[in-house]
Amino acid sequence: MTRPQAQNVASIVDCRADFPALHQDVNGCPLVYLDNAASSQQPSSVIKAVAHYHSHDHANVHRGVHTLSQRATDAYEGARDKLQSFINAASRSEIVLTSGTTESINLVAQSFCRPTLAASDKIVITHMEHHSNIVPWQLVCEQTGAELVVAPMNRDGELDIETLEKLLSDDVRLLAIAHVSNALGTVNPVKDITAKAQALNIPVLLDGAQGIPHMQIDVQELGCDFYAFSGHKMFGPTGVGVLYGREALLDTMPPYQGGGDMILEVSFDGTIYNELPYKFEAGTPNISGVIGLGAAVDYLLSVGMANIAQHEEQLLKYMTDKLKQVEGMRLFGTARNKASVQSFLVDDIHPHDLGTILDHQGVAIRTGHHCAMPVMDFFGVPGTARASLALYNNCEDVDRLIEALQKARALFA
Amino acid sequence: MNAIDINSGDELRDLYRELILDHARNPRHFGKLDDATHTAEGINPLCGDKLRLFVRLDEAQIITAASFEGSGCAISVASASLLTDLIIGLSADKALECFAVVSERLTSPEPQAARDIDVNLEKLRALDGVREFPARVKCATLAWHALNSAMHGQSVPASTE
Repeated sequence: MTRPQAQNVASIVDCRADFPALHQDVNGCPLVYLDNAASSQQPSSVIKAVAHYHSHDHANVHRGVHTLSQRATDAYEGARDKLQSFINAASRSEIVLTSGTTESINLVAQSFCRPTLAASDKIVITHMEHHSNIVPWQLVCEQTGAELVVAPMNRDGELDIETLEKLLSDDVRLLAIAHVSNALGTVNPVKDITAKAQALNIPVLLDGAQGIPHMQIDVQELGCDFYAFSGHKMFGPTGVGVLYGREALLDTMPPYQGGGDMILEVSFDGTIYNELPYKFEAGTPNISGVIGLGAAVDYLLSVGMANIAQHEEQLLKYMTDKLKQVEGMRLFGTARNKASVQSFLVDDIHPHDLGTILDHQGVAIRTGHHCAMPVMDFFGVPGTARASLALYNNCEDVDRLIEALQKARALFA
Repeated sequence: MNAIDINSGDELRDLYRELILDHARNPRHFGKLDDATHTAEGINPLCGDKLRLFVRLDEAQIITAASFEGSGCAISVASASLLTDLIIGLSADKALECFAVVSERLTSPEPQAARDIDVNLEKLRALDGVREFPARVKCATLAWHALNSAMHGQSVPASTE
């Protein structure tokens, strides 16, 4: 079968050989991995960096005078420098290493918002947020009596900017918004929104979990106050992530957790906290995870973020066009500006049944509510199937997805 | 030839048998039972499947009516539909025995071939294909866990987790 279209589209990046997990059969078929918005696969360089650390350099960081501790510290802090440069933060003090986007957002909710939030205050989020950019704000609102306000979106999954702007009243203490929607793939105009909010003295947190793997991020250009992201969605390990925060704000915030490493001096009369960013990094961190994340940054830079963005843009268009040709197809998330993700339903086949049938053909997709139940409620569906792309996907993967969907339709016909 | 054709579809056909697809498309006893004496919700937190089971017991502890409502995948809806079909007319104790048999059949590594129960469970064999799909066993047992909760009068939703 010839696929003339497939050969001309999305050949900008060809890096499948770098990802060992892609080269296996699943249920008797070559794996097609289209669940990247949930978690991405790791290149050999990341796997090797983590293994090298475990094999040669493991010790606790910031503590020992011995050689291994120094090596571990150098590798760990070296990764922080790479991350600072990767997102163009002004200072390495602004890179707080966390367990992931979820912890990063909870840190801001509890350490930035909670101490000063009054019952008359508001926090604004949007209808398209992941649960991890909803529940931390619900918690802090419960704790303080503040109100959580939700900005609406339209049927294409685009933010209603006009209404959002009206919601930015002078009692709003934070705007928290996804850079890219995990369920719908919408790329929000976060630079414009941030500028508008900050003109009103409203700090802005961007949930960058789905933004960081797909495009060049420059936090100074975006102008945001906080940018949260995870390692495992950008080809790094799980259990590690970053909170970027503007130094002026981080300075005013009390520690999130108490423990070792976040102190300068402890006595029973009181404790002097460590400087930024260590004030927010209590306890022995995920050293190997951070080192792996540093290697992931190196890998992304070697491929080039502009190449990745262009490759994925073409591939998303190819996938969307192919999906539209499937009879009985309903697409969710049809915004003009999108990245990497397409949610859909076919006929009246339940997404879990689709997931099983596709998996049986070696095609891995996500099914269900994608940790965005309000989005599912908005569209009146219990869940969707979601195919999400990464730099290593190609047109062949999309063709296999379409063939697998046709088989599902035949089975349920 | 592409890889999909090489791969046998038998296991899939075994999971999505005609009887399963029929019950999924046209669930029996679907809807609320207004005069239910027992009811419970079943939730699969992983995938969001959610159903409520209704049972009416008479004074002799015989199930005189049963129904369910909610949404879920083909496997969970078909399983709930088959369940309601099966338990109407049974005693409460017998229905719970059926729950035990179904649970064992779907989840035990070596289910006992012939557990002595004088109820015709032949139709439930349609669910046997689920055994090859561990991720879907919870879909098939959801309604049965709800039945167990309802008969024990539990107010907390049954969960497959």
